Amino acid sequence: MIHSLFLINNAGDIFLEKHWKSVISRSVCDYFFEAQEKAMEPDNVPPVIRTPHHYLINIYRDKIFFVSVIQTEVPPLFVIEFLHRVAEMFQDYFGDCSEVAIKDNVVIVYELLEEMLDNGFPLATESNILKELIKPPTILRSMVNSITGSSNVGETLPTGQLSTVPWRRAGVKYTNNEAYFDVVEEIDAILDKSGTTVFAEIQGVIDACVKLSGMPDLTLSFMNPRLLDDVSFHPCVRFKRWESERVLSFIPPDGNFRLMSYHVNAQNLVAIPVYVRQNISFFESGSSGRLDITLGPKQTMGKTVECVVVTVHMPKVVLNANLTATQGNYTYDPVTKILVWDIGKLNQQKLPNLKGSLSLQSGAPKPEENPSLNIDLKIQQLAISGLKVNRLDMYGEKYKPFKGVKYVTKVFR
Amino acid sequence: MSSSSAFNDEKGGSSSVGEPEYGHDPASGGIFSSDYKRHDDLKEMLDSNKDSLKLEAMKRIVAMVARGKNASDLFPAVVKNVACKNIEVKKLVYVYLVRYAEEQQDLALLSISTFQRGLKDPNQLIRASALRVLSSIRVTIIVPIMMLAIKEAASDMSPYVRKTAAHAIPKLYSLDPEQKDQLIEVIEKLLADKTTLVAGSVVMAFEEVCPERIELIHKNYRKLCNLLIDVEEWGQVVIINMLTRYARTQFLNPNINESLLEEGGEKEFYASDDDEDDEEKKAEAAALAKRKPYVMDPDHRLLLRNTKPLLQSRNAAVVMAVAQLYFHLAPKAEVGVIAKALVRLLRSHSEVQYVVLQNVATMTIKRRGMFEPHLKSFYIRSTDPTQIKILKLEVLTNLASETNISTILREFQTYIKSMDKDFVAATIEAIGRCATNIGEVRDTCLNGLVQLLSNRDELVVAESVVVIKKLLQMQPEQHSEIIKHMAKLIDNIQVPMARASILWLIGEYCEHVPKIAPDVLRKMAKTFTNEEDIVKLQILNLAAKLYLTNSKQTKLLTQYVLNLAKYDQNYDIRDRARFIRQLIVPTDKSGALSKYAKKLFLALKPAPVLESPFKDRDHFQLGSLSHLLNTKAGGYQELPEWPDSAPDPSVRNVEVPEWSKCTSRKERKEKKVEKPFYSDSEGESGPTESADSESDSGSRSESDSEQTGSGSESEESVEESQSEEEEDEEEEKMKKKKKVDKSQPKKSESAESKIASEIQFLLSTSVAPTSSPQVTPVNNFLSSSLASDLEGLSLTDTVLAPTTIAPSASVRMYELLHRITGEGLGVEYCFNRQAFSPDPHMVAVQIHFTNNTSCETKNLHIEEPKLQSGMRIKEFPEIDMLPAGESVSVVMGIDFCDSTQAANFQLCTHTRKFFVSIQPPVGELMTPIFLTENEFKKEQTGHN
Repeated sequence: MIHSLFLINNAGDIFLEKHWKSVISRSVCDYFFEAQEKAMEPDNVPPVIRTPHHYLINIYRDKIFFVSVIQTEVPPLFVIEFLHRVAEMFQDYFGDCSEVAIKDNVVIVYELLEEMLDNGFPLATESNILKELIKPPTILRSMVNSITGSSNVGETLPTGQLSTVPWRRAGVKYTNNEAYFDVVEEIDAILDKSGTTVFAEIQGVIDACVKLSGMPDLTLSFMNPRLLDDVSFHPCVRFKRWESERVLSFIPPDGNFRLMSYHVNAQNLVAIPVYVRQNISFFESGSSGRLDITLGPKQTMGKTVECVVVTVHMPKVVLNANLTATQGNYTYDPVTKILVWDIGKLNQQKLPNLKGSLSLQSGAPKPEENPSLNIDLKIQQLAISGLKVNRLDMYGEKYKPFKGVKYVTKVFR
Repeated sequence: MSSSSAFNDEKGGSSSVGEPEYGHDPASGGIFSSDYKRHDDLKEMLDSNKDSLKLEAMKRIVAMVARGKNASDLFPAVVKNVACKNIEVKKLVYVYLVRYAEEQQDLALLSISTFQRGLKDPNQLIRASALRVLSSIRVTIIVPIMMLAIKEAASDMSPYVRKTAAHAIPKLYSLDPEQKDQLIEVIEKLLADKTTLVAGSVVMAFEEVCPERIELIHKNYRKLCNLLIDVEEWGQVVIINMLTRYARTQFLNPNINESLLEEGGEKEFYASDDDEDDEEKKAEAAALAKRKPYVMDPDHRLLLRNTKPLLQSRNAAVVMAVAQLYFHLAPKAEVGVIAKALVRLLRSHSEVQYVVLQNVATMTIKRRGMFEPHLKSFYIRSTDPTQIKILKLEVLTNLASETNISTILREFQTYIKSMDKDFVAATIEAIGRCATNIGEVRDTCLNGLVQLLSNRDELVVAESVVVIKKLLQMQPEQHSEIIKHMAKLIDNIQVPMARASILWLIGEYCEHVPKIAPDVLRKMAKTFTNEEDIVKLQILNLAAKLYLTNSKQTKLLTQYVLNLAKYDQNYDIRDRARFIRQLIVPTDKSGALSKYAKKLFLALKPAPVLESPFKDRDHFQLGSLSHLLNTKAGGYQELPEWPDSAPDPSVRNVEVPEWSKCTSRKERKEKKVEKPFYSDSEGESGPTESADSESDSGSRSESDSEQTGSGSESEESVEESQSEEEEDEEEEKMKKKKKVDKSQPKKSESAESKIASEIQFLLSTSVAPTSSPQVTPVNNFLSSSLASDLEGLSLTDTVLAPTTIAPSASVRMYELLHRITGEGLGVEYCFNRQAFSPDPHMVAVQIHFTNNTSCETKNLHIEEPKLQSGMRIKEFPEIDMLPAGESVSVVMGIDFCDSTQAANFQLCTHTRKFFVSIQPPVGELMTPIFLTENEFKKEQTGHN
């Protein structure tokens, strides 16, 4: 299956290579560089590249290309999904998945990769299992290790490997038993010029942070599970219970994990929390244009809208922007032609407004199209779809855990 | 471990002899000297006694390896640390070894003995990692050692080690394909394994080594289906893909009635099951269905039912695998369920989107209706990467129909304004395809495209020209205005493809524009030398066509162009010029063909069909690499066509309730794990319960759940029971036996038997040393207290009578040869727990033959024993004749060498030979001994 893995940074340096079968020369990456050059942007590099003897399957994540070398037929998604899992594991271990972090922890990275694949086939990809085999680096541990000479590597087979719940390690102990659930919803909407909704949907995830001792068996129920249109679960969730009773019944992994992600698809239900009035125009004569954007809250159910950021991809001919914002500040990058207006909290009384002139390249024809606006925002303590967690019950353990649920709505794209 | 440290010292000593050698190195190279020096201090660190120094050195070396620096000259210094006690050093040495062993084969051999010792370690993690490294070292000399290690690990107690063995199989196969037959044997054995841990890995090995041996799956099919939901994600993908292929060979096409209709017209199987067609022929279909009713095989249904929940998996690969399974195997009405899940994947990473959209594009061609409700999910966002945009466009185009075309075209209109020019070009092409496919909107599209001709961007115009050309070809008469308009464009457009298209159009329809055409040729003749090749060819074409229709005006121009072309650099153009000249210019030498010149050039050309590039891609298994690339990738297994008539479904029948076949306690314990814990709705299974110590009821519920698992739908369980009718009586027999067991005093039974076996264990060690690691129980699921360890030995505490070691009625019979496979000859065996007098090292095995046939069987004897090294067999005297309906018992002796390896041999009659094997449970290897109760108690106290 997966033959080799190369990690390549944006500058085109191969800074890590790992082979699970015979060694493949790194010159195979030349085909990748070729494709990268052709694609101009990292997003546009085809995920699967064919070379005379191998196939390269790559992902781009956190400014790193993960390029894997394949020799025979294998489902491409299998490899892509695995590479993402690797990136997530790095994030989990080192806090972020950057070139610096990987270079600093190269030995642990190598040990991880060794455990995650055997002969190119995934062996252990559950974070709970890996953490028992290879302990994540902390300052305290590295100090203790240097003094006592103990190692970062587990000596026994992780209990999870053999149990029916491989995602959970045995013998977990906490003094404070707590379980937190974050219901995070994202609105994804396309509006046309006049502000009517072309397309809108809500995607939500429930991220959990569970720190409970022993082997707790949790049941999470919703007030209104019918809202959920399409769901996917962490393997720990018992699907049959969901089908019959619409409750999430599961033995949680230890630590942070994504319990489920869901989708609410009801056009009329989606209330867009803000409205935009925009007017961007370019004059036929002279090399200038005008821009006027106003934002206001629409249906926020009494909650404040935070972290509002408006991004405009300007046409190529726009040289510079001379604007004034009543709230927040703006930046215009003449190279990428991106205007970013960071508003912050949305004020109910005084609506934020951005106004001013744009200077265009002289002589160039006027852009035929008005640029599109992207709006990011965040609303705390509100799940826009109206999804509510009803209760969380625990079976199998005696103690009383501390439970908490948080709702966040985001608009990001 | 003391021995290993001694080994380490010894190695350390031997290497110090070599030390002076690399003293020379610094002198050898000026530039690299510093490099050598650094390696020197690494070597010193590796030779030191301190683990911390070694660790530091190994970390630096691994960092070098990771960066791709060559560290091979350190091999001798590293390899001797392979037996280091520090586990982290050891692991890093393993990493290094696997990387460089292939280059330094001879030195790598030094490490082999350490791994061989590791294979016998009581710690299962160490056993597993020893096997992993041993099998990863690609040194051909050790193939036999690897083979032996794999075979041994395949029957290890720990499922984790068995999983590693499954992983090792393809490694060995790639190293030495000649081992295939032996490896298949191991695969066959591991396929029968009932743990979820092993299932995925062994199927992967199966796919790499012997995907053509589909018959190995038969017996395991139902088990794999039932286990599927509890297998880890990666294994699920592999199993689902394999089962898709399996199902294609074993079941009938569920859509057979629909495709039969179409087969009347053309032989192609899937030909076109468009919705429209179907409606017309519905009545006919119903009639046909009546004639040949299709009944889905319950096993086929089982597969579909058990994979469906996996559509909710978080793993995109699993979702895709299920989706392709449904697409290839499910009845048309049920395929729809996958649409939602696939749409969900579109919110994942862009690489995932890329792959999913490719597959969706293929699916939409076959089954458009499935994705129509999700049309809006394929709308393009301005932030999508171009390659995603183009794929979404493809899907939207495939989904276009009379009902939704207006909304789709409105979307397309906004796309044309995008700043991403490649995307705009693709959009224009998509509009063209919609226009050709849906007649009603053709004119609207054409008008829109003509408007684009005045666009300022040249790329847009060029692409529009190309598309318009294709559209015009369908109905040229009505559009001479457009052709005139395009003729004007030739002055401005520079894109070669567009120029060529315009020229072709003018040439083709020169009768519609009689005045303009010669003028265009005049202009082109002027610029001929500067044009691209495709344009030149079209100029020649235009010239030839004009010469034939309007030779008065264009004769000289054509001559001129042909002369220019004659001296062109490109031989294609020279050839074309020569060809055209011969054909159209009348000379006395010109051949017979010139008469037909007009017919040749001005023939009515069929309009081009604008097709999706994804058409017919579905002959590749969806989700595969080959499908994505649209060419066969190495190692791709063709998806077979449905068979015309279903092969015998009874091959999948598994005889007798599972538990009675378990030959050892070990396997029964594993069955607990196998219980589909997360899948069943009964809710009776918690993790603690599943790890419980077993009891009668435990194994009983096992067989129950087995049955509900395989057929909870009523129609199926009926099927099941029919097919298993003959097994029923067998089952009853087993139940009766169970009753007998139960009727015996149960009080403290297990406790006593435990003690008994403890004694047994202690005593027997003196007679037959049991040092082999297989015997040292490594307890998998329970805490490894002494009690449970020994429980592991008292393998049959439900059967073992409390007081006796001597043979009793309750000694368990194992099946050696089932009467069906044995063609009427049934053979069972038991360990009668009596000393085998001819040889004290051997275990006595009592074999019980029953002849169920109506004629007699002759010459029963043993042949060709295939034994592990050291094992011996003392055959039973040949049985001359066994009359019909009679049975007979004999005793034979086997020396298992204290291992649990199976003894394989052939059982021969006068007509047939049967391969059979006897695998001893651990407890049966003990020397039987008789104790009175008092003696027993004495032993007990003495021991404590």
